[in-house]
Amino acid sequence: MARGEVISGKLPWQPDAGSPPHTIQPGGWKYFTRAEAETVEALVDRIIPPDPETPGGKDAGCAVFIDRQLAGGYGHSEGLYNEGPFHDGAEQQGPQSAKTPAEMYRAALAALDRFCRAPPANGGSGKPFAELSPELQDAVLHDLEDGKINLEGADAKKFFKQLLKDTQQGFFADPVYGGNRNMCAWKMIGFPGARYDYRDWVGRHNERYPHPPVGITGRPDWTPS
Amino acid sequence: MTARTLPRKDVVIVGLGWTGAIMANELAGAGLEVVAIERGPWRDTASTSAPNYVQDELRYRIRHELFLRPGQTTFTFRNKTNQTALPIRTWGAFMPGNGVGGGGLHWNAETWRFLPSDFVLRTHLTHRYGKRFLPADMTIQDWGITYDELEPHYDRFEYLCGTCGTAGNLRGKIQEGGNPFEGPRSRPYPNPPQQQPFSHTLFGKAAREMGYKAFPQPSGNMSREYTNPLGVRLGPCTYCGFCEWFVCANYSKASPQTTILPVLMRKQNFQLRDNSEVTQINTDSAGRRATGVTFVDANGETWEQPADLVILAAYTIFNIQLLLLSRIGKPYDPVANEGVIGRNFTHQTTSDVTSFFDRSKFIFNPFIASGSIGMAIDEFNGDNFDHGPHRFVGGGYMGQMQTSGRPIQTTPVPPGTPKWGAKWKAAVRDNYLSALKPGTGVHGSMYSYRDVYVDLDPTYRDRFGRPLARITIDFHENELKQNIFLTDKFAEIFKAMGAQQIVKEYRRGPYDITDYQTTHLCGGAIMGTDPKTSALNRYLQSWDVPNLFVMGASAFPQNAGYNPTDTVGALAYWAADAICTQYLKNPGPLVHA
Repeated sequence: MARGEVISGKLPWQPDAGSPPHTIQPGGWKYFTRAEAETVEALVDRIIPPDPETPGGKDAGCAVFIDRQLAGGYGHSEGLYNEGPFHDGAEQQGPQSAKTPAEMYRAALAALDRFCRAPPANGGSGKPFAELSPELQDAVLHDLEDGKINLEGADAKKFFKQLLKDTQQGFFADPVYGGNRNMCAWKMIGFPGARYDYRDWVGRHNERYPHPPVGITGRPDWTPS
Repeated sequence: MTARTLPRKDVVIVGLGWTGAIMANELAGAGLEVVAIERGPWRDTASTSAPNYVQDELRYRIRHELFLRPGQTTFTFRNKTNQTALPIRTWGAFMPGNGVGGGGLHWNAETWRFLPSDFVLRTHLTHRYGKRFLPADMTIQDWGITYDELEPHYDRFEYLCGTCGTAGNLRGKIQEGGNPFEGPRSRPYPNPPQQQPFSHTLFGKAAREMGYKAFPQPSGNMSREYTNPLGVRLGPCTYCGFCEWFVCANYSKASPQTTILPVLMRKQNFQLRDNSEVTQINTDSAGRRATGVTFVDANGETWEQPADLVILAAYTIFNIQLLLLSRIGKPYDPVANEGVIGRNFTHQTTSDVTSFFDRSKFIFNPFIASGSIGMAIDEFNGDNFDHGPHRFVGGGYMGQMQTSGRPIQTTPVPPGTPKWGAKWKAAVRDNYLSALKPGTGVHGSMYSYRDVYVDLDPTYRDRFGRPLARITIDFHENELKQNIFLTDKFAEIFKAMGAQQIVKEYRRGPYDITDYQTTHLCGGAIMGTDPKTSALNRYLQSWDVPNLFVMGASAFPQNAGYNPTDTVGALAYWAADAICTQYLKNPGPLVHA
């Protein structure tokens, strides 16, 4: 909690008061190890594969997004109710894990790596996930989704669900968080982003909105490097 | 922990959201010394949101930045009394607000009146269908107040907010273009309805061609600039598509910040303490009179604030929890069917229809919208239709009320599309501009039942070591039947609009705490005519402690098929009027049981 004070007889307004977003720090991985990052980049690139018009999850920055989210408050369940006792409960009672998302990713990625590197006789492929063919990678993802792979120390289905959600959120969130690089996902669907004023357009029915997207920090061509 | 005692005030208000702000302004206006104690921080438009960064779906919608953090306090939940309740660790089915303005700061501003029959529900339904038509365990009640008594206060709240709409019933005369089912209004809305984007217009047209009386949803997003009776100005809405979950950076959405606080905060006899959480309402040794409240400030220090009058104006469940922790009123016991605090707790029964149109013919631009945009029909709300053949009671409005095309949450894909991979990506691309997902398209009522209630959890505690409130709630057959009927009717309209594919997303049991419906939790400290079955009298005054008034939707004996805020605001004005014109002259019970 921030300050607490007694306010009376005025509006406690301060010039330049504001709460802009925390944009990501550039540079290397903040949470993932190099090996984990390679796996996650391969995973997000199958969840959202590249096509001729739009980058895939890797080039869109989805792994960077997840890395920064796990290094930050989200990864550490900041602000959530983290008191025990922990019981699984019914599905409709919501997530009840004592593990944070960051811990869950670490455990699941390690287990996935062990699974993929295991010899074929043990159901694996003898290689890390990132080195598998796209077809094999998809097969592993399907098995994770269906809970057919036993990830030691992690729940395959839950991990897949979280990975899918985080990847898609990174793809569509504002580029300040590391994904949706160059607003590629917004361009793909025709979402104009942070424009905030459509008064001229609310009455123009069944017409394609013509303007390109804008992010919270504008557009790359506004500030050429 | 020894509490230090602050100087006595005439009035202490717990929470500074809509009802706290209305009460504070009325009572300070009557010359009383008023202090409001707010759990969360001070918030204003300029410092909380700015038009250069407020449009951030991840931060505000997905990560819940403006809301109460469950780590500060939360609730536990179970469906049935024989289950173990578990804590809500991250928000899902509803989203409690926090800080000055409460939920009123980041609501959608849908501003509906309840139907006249909603206020006399048990009497009305029993009279029309007979006693045996209602399920035996349904505990619906009359409110102890009528629509006509509340009308002037609805009017006051709507003129405060600058509500935009088309009247459907002016002093008993039905008006073209409005909702013909609504109760009589004493005068038109203060502002004309908002402009409607393409899909909303199309819905209205299709509904009219099917014989329904479609009308624009009453909106607290301004259709034009407006100066309210307190002299506070709101600007025109820009249809930005970042309304619910967000603070309006344009001063275009009615909120305590944009309608009351600029006036209230300047009053010398009003004081606000923010970041301070009330932990108990204190009473005298007999428990018959409130002596003030105890709160913990931002530094963890405990204070006692004595006051002659206590106004409880927190969110529904926190009102209930504070009453239980303060031992005011008899806790509800579902087995004995006795007691009042926690009784008749309800939520909502919503559902949706997602539809897919030919993308070569329909471009909806879903990102052009406001929080309370949309065209609605009310033919299937309340008792606006004959329930006899359908064997259920209740209903809801329905409409194309899509408030945004924010892409993390609004990228629908046709049924059969894989959840990921190249086919998913192509389907997202191909359908974004030509699919419709109203969000809460069917806004159904939830009536009260004997086994749906709130009490204190035996295991889980908040940061002060106090028991969390425990919610026991599940859907009952009546509501699930109602939802199938409404959702089917709703889908027919999208078919008439020309949708190629329609997906009906019925509300199904069990009640799921992870699945967002609305934040319209109601009941638990209800108003009524009998102290055995209600916590409050018709003036929202505690039967047990007459110098305590409890605001908010916790007073609703059951939930109607509308958004609650207009009724919550009207009841606050109604109670404030009773305090100013009756109670202050002769402090004591306003109704003798």
